[in-house]
Amino acid sequence: MGEHVSRWPARLHVVTGKGGTGKTSVAAALALGLAAGGKRTLLVEVEGRQGIAQLFETEPLPYKELRIAKVAGGGEVRALAVDPEEALLEYLDMFYHLGAAGRALRKVGAIDFATTIAPGLRDVLLTGKVKEATTRSQDGKRAYDAVVLDAPPTGRIGRFLNVTAETAKLAKMGPIKTQSDGVASLLRSPITSVHVVTLLEEMPVQETLDAIAELSALHIPIGRIVLNATRPALVAGGKVTKAELKRGLTEAGLPADAATVTGLATEVRAHQTRQELEETLRTELTETGRPLVELPLLSGGVDQAGLDELAAALMRA
Amino acid sequence: MSTQRLDVDGLLADPSTRIVVCCGAGGVGKTTTAAALGLRAAEVHGRRTVVLTIDPARRLAQSMGLSELDNTPRQVKGIDGDNGGELHAMMLDMKRTFDEVVQQHTTPQRAQEIFANPFYQAMSSTFAGTQEYMAMEKLGQLRATDEWDLIVVDTPPSRSALDFLDAPARLSRFLDGRMLRMLLAPARGGRSMFSLVTASFGLFSRTVQKVLGAQLLTDLSGFVAALDSMFGGFRQRADQTYRILQDPQTAFLLVAAPERDAVREAAYFAERLVAERMPLAGLVLNRMHRSEVPGLSAEASLAAAEALTAAGDQPLTADALRIHADLVRQTEREQLVAAKFIDAFPAVPTVSVTAQPADVHDVDGLRTIGSLLA
Repeated sequence: MGEHVSRWPARLHVVTGKGGTGKTSVAAALALGLAAGGKRTLLVEVEGRQGIAQLFETEPLPYKELRIAKVAGGGEVRALAVDPEEALLEYLDMFYHLGAAGRALRKVGAIDFATTIAPGLRDVLLTGKVKEATTRSQDGKRAYDAVVLDAPPTGRIGRFLNVTAETAKLAKMGPIKTQSDGVASLLRSPITSVHVVTLLEEMPVQETLDAIAELSALHIPIGRIVLNATRPALVAGGKVTKAELKRGLTEAGLPADAATVTGLATEVRAHQTRQELEETLRTELTETGRPLVELPLLSGGVDQAGLDELAAALMRA
Repeated sequence: MSTQRLDVDGLLADPSTRIVVCCGAGGVGKTTTAAALGLRAAEVHGRRTVVLTIDPARRLAQSMGLSELDNTPRQVKGIDGDNGGELHAMMLDMKRTFDEVVQQHTTPQRAQEIFANPFYQAMSSTFAGTQEYMAMEKLGQLRATDEWDLIVVDTPPSRSALDFLDAPARLSRFLDGRMLRMLLAPARGGRSMFSLVTASFGLFSRTVQKVLGAQLLTDLSGFVAALDSMFGGFRQRADQTYRILQDPQTAFLLVAAPERDAVREAAYFAERLVAERMPLAGLVLNRMHRSEVPGLSAEASLAAAEALTAAGDQPLTADALRIHADLVRQTEREQLVAAKFIDAFPAVPTVSVTAQPADVHDVDGLRTIGSLLA
């Protein structure tokens, strides 16, 4: 585990990425990887999508920290789906001891109202809960060795993490201000690291570059760029002639008729086109100066074995 | 696969189809699909078409001549207008659309007060659901002018593909909710909310003050009072938009990529559209891969590649066979994922669009996608 710490030094790992890039899978794999060697990690989601439950094929997660996976060596991953209403009630209860009265507030729609009218309040509550879990102690020890947040997508990540600016427009003092200041300083400290998941496709890469620029401007520490679902490069740059394919197929004892040869040549050309584009995109990402981590495309889809494979690949990186 | 193939050309050519809404999870190619449909409606079916996009990729936007969020439909150049069709495109400017709604429903002086309020500024640019609400508002406006044969809408990249359906109702529920009426008490009856002495309300106001702070409440009251005059208008418009969406002149197209999450989202969406009695026209399965040599199995192909490699011979053919095996496996995986949706919704017509090796960012690329759709 000592090695993990040096390779993934932060304690709060925020995982973002464009929709469809597999950021939930990467977040889950990271939580699994960091739990190896008897550690305890928490995997958090904040968008009400129940993506973690779907990934681990369990019942929808309640607003509770429940174990979803045991890891070899005595480690475990717990999961939490943060609900802003629950987080607000918990927050009120903690500071104002409202008890049952808090629940009465929900009846008149106060909670819904408060989280709706004050843009940013919702995000303060969500990130506030994440901060609480990250810094929580139990019996003089940290409750979690690492917290992994399956964060909103790249298009919203800057706004989501830049809670102070959003709430400062509205709340100039008071407990919400204090709360958001606390979150803001945690998110700007070395405890936090934001990782951006992308595919080698144009839109996700563009959004990755935009998000990195945005987060840098906000002084939020950026960790790694995770290239998800990469494939090995085959026939790198080589020109494959039909004559050669015909010879090869014949030698392999496969049908070498014109249709097969032409079809195969078309597939190779498409693969090469794709590969050239991927190379260009990889170069753009390298130029950010951020470390890249490549994860393989899982041939069997993202199941438990697939997550373990990704976790291992992340920990090697 | 599906018993029924989605007849995209039939849908686009039908003069009674006035609105096509493309919806689905983020990252499945909704914007490209919407643009390709619009182009085909204009070029092949001669319809005067406008595409309303929310957040297009920069190069795709540029290919349609859109360089800024200016909320005005611009005619797309370089398209074939022999059939009398035209293609226009616009990008949604959420804040400006909200401003226009405010201006339409109130006096210029009141509008200025509203624009100056910090709550309005925050809400019009960041309120969860504002983008969805404004997309639907803009759709309502475009439809109301009756100058378009066909409006193609690309829905916002929501965390949930359903947000845009809920947004108008949510906003209107919010604007005339109980909480707002409580806050409005001073504006309406001269009584301050803080003078009310019922126990629950005392608790409420104390809590709101504690959590949000007094200054914030003052700003909020001002905002709410200013919006008060527009309540009826907001609600009416939200209801109108909802009815347009339910009307048979509208066709919803679900867009999905053959990935587990996207298909699950599509299935959820299909259920929801049926429940809301929204006209679901079909499913577009985007980015489906296709093998050029379907007769050669992945196993045979890999075994042959291994044999060639072991013999130290024909390395390029061996790699070509590996590429083929990967492609066949991917195709099989995609078919399985797609089958899940098709089994659950056998009555929903489906069309598959073959994946392109590179991203689409010019009119030619859109034309290709359009012909694959049809």
